[in-house]
Amino acid sequence: MITIFRIRRFNPETSPSMPYFQEYKLDTERADTVLDALMHIRETLDESLTLRCSCRGAICGSCSMRINGHAALACKTKVQAMASERGVVQVEPMNNMPVIKDLVTDMAGFWDKVRQVQPWLQPAGQEPEAEYLASSESMNHLTGVMGCIMCGACVSDCAALEADERFLGPAALAKAYRFVADPRDGAGRSRLLALNEPGGMWDCTRCMECIEVCPKGVGAMDRIMSLRSRGIQAGVPSTCGSRHAEVFADLIYRKGRLDEPMLAARTFGLQNLSRLLSLLPMALRAFVRGKVPKSGPLHRAIPGVEKFRRLFQRMEERP
Amino acid sequence: MKFAFFPGCVSKGGCPELYQSVMEVYPQLGLELEEMTTASCTGAGVLQEKDRKLGDMLNARTFALAEQAGLPIMTICSTCQGVMSQANHRLTADPSYLAAVNEILNEEGLTYRGTTQIRHFVWILLEELGEQGIRQRVRRPLTELRAAPFYGCYLQRPSEALGFQDQPDRAKSLELIMSWLGLEVVDFPGKTRCCGFPLLTINEKNSLRMVASHTLDAKRNGADILVTPCPLCHLNLDGMQSRAGGQQQADIDLPIWHLPQLLGLAMGMEPKRLGLTRHLVSTQGVLDKLGSAVA
Repeated sequence: MITIFRIRRFNPETSPSMPYFQEYKLDTERADTVLDALMHIRETLDESLTLRCSCRGAICGSCSMRINGHAALACKTKVQAMASERGVVQVEPMNNMPVIKDLVTDMAGFWDKVRQVQPWLQPAGQEPEAEYLASSESMNHLTGVMGCIMCGACVSDCAALEADERFLGPAALAKAYRFVADPRDGAGRSRLLALNEPGGMWDCTRCMECIEVCPKGVGAMDRIMSLRSRGIQAGVPSTCGSRHAEVFADLIYRKGRLDEPMLAARTFGLQNLSRLLSLLPMALRAFVRGKVPKSGPLHRAIPGVEKFRRLFQRMEERP
Repeated sequence: MKFAFFPGCVSKGGCPELYQSVMEVYPQLGLELEEMTTASCTGAGVLQEKDRKLGDMLNARTFALAEQAGLPIMTICSTCQGVMSQANHRLTADPSYLAAVNEILNEEGLTYRGTTQIRHFVWILLEELGEQGIRQRVRRPLTELRAAPFYGCYLQRPSEALGFQDQPDRAKSLELIMSWLGLEVVDFPGKTRCCGFPLLTINEKNSLRMVASHTLDAKRNGADILVTPCPLCHLNLDGMQSRAGGQQQADIDLPIWHLPQLLGLAMGMEPKRLGLTRHLVSTQGVLDKLGSAVA
């Protein structure tokens, strides 16, 4: 199968050092991975093509790059599955990190953020005479997140990081969860307090890009949601994020449905009156444009809400 | 085909023009809808931040109500669809989890057997009406229009829960349907990215950056409008656009349309009946270009 590889090139040592796309035509086999093809290009067509790889078996996490716009391990991605109708595969370096050369990115910032969450066990109390004990269930629960190979794919495609590079990002937050959820760790509350700060667990935009691109099924966003839930349970100081979740749940309990004006008013409240007031011009414009439902701006409860509340209570009563 | 219609909170709240446009178009598509008035909010991913199992229970209740009526569910919101698809995926993959949730539902005399189908309006257009069914209903091909799609995260990810493996065209459903309406589809990288709505409360600055980035990008690629199947994306991209433009010192002025509005216009309906006058970013310039004066 003739495939055209459209590769984003960049060499900081040339002048002007602007990124550009270069195309290579290659006869590929059915079983070829994108990494096979890139190595073949480097060996036979252009020895200047620079990429990072090691194990070729989706273990080391070195060959993460964007293939057709989404991060993936080149060694785990088949050419045939990615080629467009015209036989084109586009390959670019990972996003959200500086490019060193061609497909190689600088992951120093990635490691800094992982270090920031203190990714080591911090047991509390006296050291036991033998080993620390943990239930099989709790360790099984952690195997998913411990499967992370630190390839950076989730960080590459993270929408919140694209908007603000100060965000800790999915890989570091998933790593934080790995220790918060470890029964042997004694620093859970201080970890959650640190993650409660701006740039931490509440700055995820829940876009699920990290879930989709992870080659190991770590599900970073799900871990971030679990951190939020644990933060609320642990009673860390409320933020707009945690109040939003709490008020949302309370409104559903009361009405069975969302009540947007009430959600905004109670989330921001008196603590954040200026934010609330800043929404007024938009609300007024929406009103003028007729963006008010027939039932009026404040919403009635769904019929039979009393029965519905019983279910809610039963769930809250569970152990 | 008959569906249990789940309109979602936002189409009955902050985006009433979406509900209005669906009510206008559905009878002409051969669909029969029975609105689920007693169904609750899906939790929208927010309730799940506090308690995922509680969210799954609420959605299982909705699925049980539809199952009892013997109807598949139709949603009109990417977020509702995504949250429900994910909940259904978890419930049907694990019989012991479903049994635990049913134990609670029994309180209200309900049981979910795991058979309810949940489909977004866009998927129903794609899979039930198809190209022929859509094209034959077009009275006014929108050939002068250049429109960019904007899916909303929950209609793209996670693909496993959304059934993309069995229905691969779902990944490009918007583009397909838009092209069948005769318009020029503008491709741009932001079409499957996040609009920033879930961050609006927590970090408005970052949320507005996302709004500006996608709308300006679509405009640079030549789009006259952005079309979305998600009212939450609409709230941010339309409602917060002027503020996002202010933050970036740019005059964006890109109208955001709901998909049923676009469909209705192509079917020859009046813009006002489709709620196109109820947007914060005016649609008038585009309607003028199309030669359809708003009554």
